[in-house]
Amino acid sequence: MNFYRSHVLVCAGAGCVSSGCLNTMEALVDENAKLGLDREIKVIETGCIGTCDLGPVIVVYPEGVFYRNVTTDDAREIAREHLLKGRTIQRLLYRNPLTSQLVQTYGEMEFFNRQLRIALRNTGVINPEVIEEYIARDGYEALARVLTTMSPEEVVATVTASGLRGRGGAGFPTGKKWGFTFRAMSDQKYVVCNADEGDPGAFMDRSILEGDPHAIIEAMTIAGFAVGANQGYVYVRAEYPLAVKRLQLALDQARNYGFLGKNIFSTNFSFDILIRVGAGAFVCGEETALLASIEGKRGEPRPRPPYPAVKGLWGKPTLINNVETFANICPIILYGADWYGRIGTETSKGTKVFAVAGNINNTGLVEVPMGMTLRQVVYDVCGGIPNGKEFKAAQTGGPSGGCLTKAELDVAMDYETLIAAGSMMGSGGLIVMDEDACMVDMARFFLDFTQDESCGKCTPCRIGTKRMLEILDRMTKGEGREGDMEALYGLAENIRETSLCGLGQSAPNPVLSMIKHFRSEYEAHIREKRCPAGVCQALMSYNILANKCRGCGLCARVCPTAAIFGKPKEVYRIERKKCVKCNACLEKCPFGAVVRA
Amino acid sequence: MKTVEDLRKLREEVRQMTKLREGEAEVRVVVGMGTCGIAAGARETLGALVQEIAEQGLLSVVVTQTGCLGLCEREPIVEVNAPDGRTLYARVTPERARRILRQHVQGGVAIEDWVIRN
Ligand SMILES: Cc1cc2nc3c(=O)[nH]c(=O)nc-3n(C[C@H](O)[C@H](O)[C@H](O)COP(=O)(O)O)c2cc1C
Repeated sequence: MNFYRSHVLVCAGAGCVSSGCLNTMEALVDENAKLGLDREIKVIETGCIGTCDLGPVIVVYPEGVFYRNVTTDDAREIAREHLLKGRTIQRLLYRNPLTSQLVQTYGEMEFFNRQLRIALRNTGVINPEVIEEYIARDGYEALARVLTTMSPEEVVATVTASGLRGRGGAGFPTGKKWGFTFRAMSDQKYVVCNADEGDPGAFMDRSILEGDPHAIIEAMTIAGFAVGANQGYVYVRAEYPLAVKRLQLALDQARNYGFLGKNIFSTNFSFDILIRVGAGAFVCGEETALLASIEGKRGEPRPRPPYPAVKGLWGKPTLINNVETFANICPIILYGADWYGRIGTETSKGTKVFAVAGNINNTGLVEVPMGMTLRQVVYDVCGGIPNGKEFKAAQTGGPSGGCLTKAELDVAMDYETLIAAGSMMGSGGLIVMDEDACMVDMARFFLDFTQDESCGKCTPCRIGTKRMLEILDRMTKGEGREGDMEALYGLAENIRETSLCGLGQSAPNPVLSMIKHFRSEYEAHIREKRCPAGVCQALMSYNILANKCRGCGLCARVCPTAAIFGKPKEVYRIERKKCVKCNACLEKCPFGAVVRA
Repeated sequence: MKTVEDLRKLREEVRQMTKLREGEAEVRVVVGMGTCGIAAGARETLGALVQEIAEQGLLSVVVTQTGCLGLCEREPIVEVNAPDGRTLYARVTPERARRILRQHVQGGVAIEDWVIRN
């Protein structure tokens, strides 16, 4: 047997890859070899560990020491000091943003020890390109048990009893969907995994595929057995090349071992999976558009019913589930529906992965039990708001969802409570905004996205979202008019009620929820032509305070458009018409005399 | 992979690939790797421990390092942390390291002659 006294995990999620982790890893491997450590120490490239703002990230086992922002030089130092001599390098440790204390190990980081990782159980722990590491952690055991000891009915019953609901957005009970597909009569059925992940800011599906591809392969194969399908498809966007590559490799390995293919575990069940790469349109995440896209047609939705469980891919009954939904299946089989049912709330079982972004100390992926409050996620797990700023709002459900305000910080994050609070779970995007965010600009951002992504098949979505965007655009430019908010409400209602698919039906949500909670900001934009948060450029003006200006002339010198006039030792002034609001004078002024309003 | 037994057999073989990351070790062997320890040959001692663990297939053992314990003249020092307590050994040569693993860690009997008493 090979024995390595230390395993060094290098996070190679896409975020860390862009911060240069591959160079860091190369330096580490090289230094280890120079020191003769390469036979004692194993360097492992893993999927996303979740702390995406701290990359490149390295975890050294068995101690579990967590290093962040590791450069190539740092990596060599880790080899010389830590791996050779066992000295932790304090300088590279993570500092708790709230207590300012250095955290010695992974297990002591609140970011990790408050999480419950079921869907992400292997992500960031194993090397996704080595199937044996997956097998070492009970991989393919659930499939073995299903095929050799359970009937399809029993599998469906177990998934139903677990209370698992779809993680793709709608939260439909997964067992029910499996049951529908199981009962649909047909000579041919399919299983499809939805890895389109179009919600801007959400990346849990990508991370699971990159970090633990076999978990999805195994779960889809179990689903195939349960519903009576022999062919699966993973629909993944072309913008996820690393996910595609690792999944392809995993599929080849699974076939080699016989976990896919004919007569799996010598039973008469056969199943295989193909990858279909999509062009990355938001609407292609909608299930009927997705199926059309797999068939080689334009990715446009069609009215439901019939639902895919009855008439799906090529008209055949098709089970379609989200990546994270599938990622929960094997643990449910292994540990039982009762175990799963004890996690979460009455109606929202299990955990949810959130992709936390925006004005927050720890951005990245966190998996927590359903029903954890927004406050706990923002402050306890993710370390609160940086730079001493105030929490203003959090957007959940991405461009289809709504925002939660300070008053809703204690709202439980589960399907029902979020809906009742005027937002939704969606796919788990969580964008945190501090006091400097403008809620008109935010609404404009989301609508700009949905308007752009509208496939154009139905009129309310194609034209309605365009009209709404035009209104918001005007507001941010100081051209808002009385009646604009009423017009937005009117359009929103029509679009919601008459759009063909969820894209249009939910597109007005962010605007509506932001007007509801921050009406006065909209009024300030319309009536006073003022952006209270100071975000909308067109509404800003720069001034020099006479009592603070010492007449040094620095501002005039940095101004790129020569919009600042004055004589040395006298008060300078800004000519509005020439000012392009570049902020240079404000940043340069040593006396704080330049102000923005 | 024809049967469930094949899978389970393979799993036993590859278990150690990820075990170290799961923090469930029964025995922790710690080598003093301060400047004094390294000068006294701790590097070779550590290497011998790793090799012996591999040869014997000791899945429940982890090896880590520590700094100077203030007993520089007795380096290399090796500490064995087992469920029944903590034992410090002095002047652990590679040969002694192998014997400590076999006799103490596997056999459960400390080698009294080399133990540091306070
Ligand atoms: C506009 C739109 C985009 C969607 N995008 C996704 C997506 O990216 N990923 C996903 O799993 N589901 C997406 N859905 C939901 C799917 O239609 C479908 O409900 C889901 O894949 C079912 O899987 P689940 O039950 O496991 O959640 C989207 C729906 C709409 C209306």
